[in-house]
Amino acid sequence: MDRVERPLSPHLQVYRPQITSVLSVLHRATGIALSLGVLVLVYWLMAVSSGEAAYTEARAMLGGLLFKLCYLGWCFCFFYHLANGIRHLVWDVGLGLERGQYQLSGWLVVAFSLVASVGYSLAVIF
Amino acid sequence: MSLVSPLNRVLGLGSAKEGAEHWWAQRLTAIALVPLGLWFAFALGGLGDLTYDSVVAFIGQPLNGILLILTVLTLSYHSHLGVQVVAEDYLHGPSTKVIVIVVVSFAHITMAVVGVFAVLKVAFGTPG
Repeated sequence: MDRVERPLSPHLQVYRPQITSVLSVLHRATGIALSLGVLVLVYWLMAVSSGEAAYTEARAMLGGLLFKLCYLGWCFCFFYHLANGIRHLVWDVGLGLERGQYQLSGWLVVAFSLVASVGYSLAVIF
Repeated sequence: MSLVSPLNRVLGLGSAKEGAEHWWAQRLTAIALVPLGLWFAFALGGLGDLTYDSVVAFIGQPLNGILLILTVLTLSYHSHLGVQVVAEDYLHGPSTKVIVIVVVSFAHITMAVVGVFAVLKVAFGTPG
């Protein structure tokens, strides 16, 4: 049977962007990015366990400019996903669900993740 | 008159039959990752240039090794649950979705095993 090409949910393109929807999409996007980060973490652990020569080689690659730019991105993803994840957990116990509250907490999450990721990057990555 | 059988109404699981376990595991791993993630970020920051000797010494400390294993396992599990939901929501091809979900499962289990094995190998002191 031929499939009818109807538009499928979620219909992201037909909604006006709002703080709630944009942060929700960002939560998933940063989660996917962090999953790739776990891959690098595991690769790094594997390199350490393979001895000094292998680790030195891996360290040279992981310390390159391309990876440093990735760490910058992962840094933001980490702090954003962490803060917004806590926001989700608070919602799960039934708190912060009023209009003013979830808008305020959303902007707080944005502010926190920007400040924390810039601070962490300056202190650790560069 | 409802067509739902009395047993189904009591179980209250709807047509999907499951889902609560996934939701609950996602939350449990999320809660665990708050302290584990922060610990890892600060530990990594404290290691500076990540030279071989400093990393091996770090992993060799029992508390660090244990926390690292917990982090790798929890991250893999949490990531698996999250990526699976994204695949279920956004992939619509009849076979694409199933293939991606299977690959995602294998990839995450492998990632967890590799991570734990690597930490144990370094912690028990037989690198190389």
